Amino acid sequence: MLEIKNLVVQIEDKRILNGLNLTVNNGEVAAIMGPNGSGKSTLSYVIAGKEDYEVLDGEILLDGENILEMGPDERAAAGVFLAFQYPLEIPGVASMTFLKAAMNAQLKARGESELSTPDFIKRVNAAAAQLEIPKDMLKRALNVGFSGGEKKRMEILQMALLRSSFCILDETDSGLDIDALRIVSEGVNALRSPDRSFLVITHYQRLLNHIVPDTVHVMHSGRIVRSGGKELALELEANGYADYRESEAA
Amino acid sequence: MAAITLMKTPAETALVQAFEAAKATLPGDVESRAQAFETFNRNGLPHRRVEEFKYTDLRALVREAAPFAAKPSLDEAKRALLDAKSFAGVDAVRIPFVNGHLVDSAIAFDGLPEGIDVVPLASALASGHEWLSRLSPVDWASKNPVYQLNSAFMADGVMIRVVGEVTTPIHLQFVTSSTTPVATATRVLVVVEPEASVTLVESHESTNGAAHQPNDVVELIAADGAHVRHVRLNAEGDQAIALSTFAVKLGAEASLNTINVAVGSSVFRHQVFGVFSGENTTAQINGASMLKDRQHGDTTLIIEHAAPHCESRELFKTVIDGEATGVFQGKIIVPPHAQKTDGRMMSAALLLSEGGAMNNKPELEIFADDVQCAHGATCGQLDDDLLFYLMARGLPKPEAESLLVQAFLGEAIEFVENDSLREALIASVEAWLRARG
Repeated sequence: MLEIKNLVVQIEDKRILNGLNLTVNNGEVAAIMGPNGSGKSTLSYVIAGKEDYEVLDGEILLDGENILEMGPDERAAAGVFLAFQYPLEIPGVASMTFLKAAMNAQLKARGESELSTPDFIKRVNAAAAQLEIPKDMLKRALNVGFSGGEKKRMEILQMALLRSSFCILDETDSGLDIDALRIVSEGVNALRSPDRSFLVITHYQRLLNHIVPDTVHVMHSGRIVRSGGKELALELEANGYADYRESEAA
Repeated sequence: MAAITLMKTPAETALVQAFEAAKATLPGDVESRAQAFETFNRNGLPHRRVEEFKYTDLRALVREAAPFAAKPSLDEAKRALLDAKSFAGVDAVRIPFVNGHLVDSAIAFDGLPEGIDVVPLASALASGHEWLSRLSPVDWASKNPVYQLNSAFMADGVMIRVVGEVTTPIHLQFVTSSTTPVATATRVLVVVEPEASVTLVESHESTNGAAHQPNDVVELIAADGAHVRHVRLNAEGDQAIALSTFAVKLGAEASLNTINVAVGSSVFRHQVFGVFSGENTTAQINGASMLKDRQHGDTTLIIEHAAPHCESRELFKTVIDGEATGVFQGKIIVPPHAQKTDGRMMSAALLLSEGGAMNNKPELEIFADDVQCAHGATCGQLDDDLLFYLMARGLPKPEAESLLVQAFLGEAIEFVENDSLREALIASVEAWLRARG
């Protein structure tokens, strides 16, 4: 379970999150929608532990433990996974090398023994097949020359292999065509389980047709301004964010 | 006008004395040695006012001249070779040197793979072997003071001739096991005859804690249609002041793929002098240097496209940690007749610390009007966003940094086609990263 309490965050003296509160229960898929600049991506980075942000107040509790003092690697080992909006290209690092390093680093951090090479390859191949990732892609340098869809599938592959308990999808639908959106969504849906929760950040309701959320939260000016069930996404799609902008102006 | 007398440094004075003492016992023609020494001695050790040594002031760096190493006993040599680690797992014809002297008893001269002939240099010099005329194939080297010093003092070495396609790599294995500082001067000449091909491997390792002063020269003549792959590893001890020269002359339709990987030495200066003397030849000339603490590593390169229609690619990577200093000086020369030359030189440095420094000096001298030449030089640090990405996947910061450093160097190392050699080089990089902590 993830609980965010009164989170206040700034970057370079600019306040981005203004006392944000949010709870995501185990097994829950929570969607966050909001206009550009409302702080959605900042929230995902702050949960994952990016250094550039200054947390002025509040806490982020993962299963009751405050993760704000942890480094990004420790948070990953504790179960946080961020699927990046723009996955980074790492020339010179083969995807397989990277996956093995990441999986073993997390196993080590949890005090478990490292994977043998055959076990590792077996796991990767099984997960890759489900996401329709060709083996050839895994031999290439991580994300280098990958299409938008391939990069997002690679993110979901990592999510599957790292067995994280709290997964953030930061605008995973951006840059995806219809087929890629389906493959990625099916990959995520296959990972839904009572002990894994998701925070799905998106601009559009379209993704939520594929990954049906349990709860929908509207974010504006660094706060959650409204919460509801999946029907809230449809309402937003019909009316836009104008209501929230007006309330801000008023 | 008053006559100007150059003050000699203690090291220069010691070199004069060493040459006087040694010249009678060194093998071969004393006259040509004396000439080389005299040319060197006129200017002494090069210093920062000499443009080519602006960033590597040997007069300041070489405070004392170490005594030249004596030939080790056979037992001593065998022990040293047993401890040698570089490329130990690579299947190769080994030509070992200990303390700058060829361990000829370790070479089965009669049992060498077909196509390889090896002649010990010391006896060749003494007997006036006919191949000696092929020494010093590159003028750029002959004009160089480090090379001249080697010419004056070269005590041992080999001359190798390759005919046909030789598949087993030839490993020139240089080990200095002396626990007190010693100087060595070795010379290797490799002649790869027309249409022949070979893989040459050099490793240089020495004991830590002693300020050894190796000065190694490898000269390569790749005749028309010859194909040479060359891998050099500098794994010298942590106090060594290592000077080295790789001089290569390439014929027509030939190819060269070479890399120098440096993980050792306190100070090193590695010089590459290459001349394209025939058309339609290609060369990939790479380097990967890892520097830490107060190390100083200099790679200096002159590539002369003396024939038209040749292609050269130079890719040098330097990783700098601590208060280390890196130097890259690369010059591509295209004379007026060398039309259709295609040369691209890149030097990239990665600075891991606040205190490190990199001096990049790429140069192009182009006198032809129909060529494609480019050079680039970069200095940067690890990308914070990439580090965050890796850490967000669970990699602790040191591991994430190591992975990115390996990726950075990997771009130069991946040109090594031989799997076991490439893996050995990657293992050296990994060992360096582990030692960095």
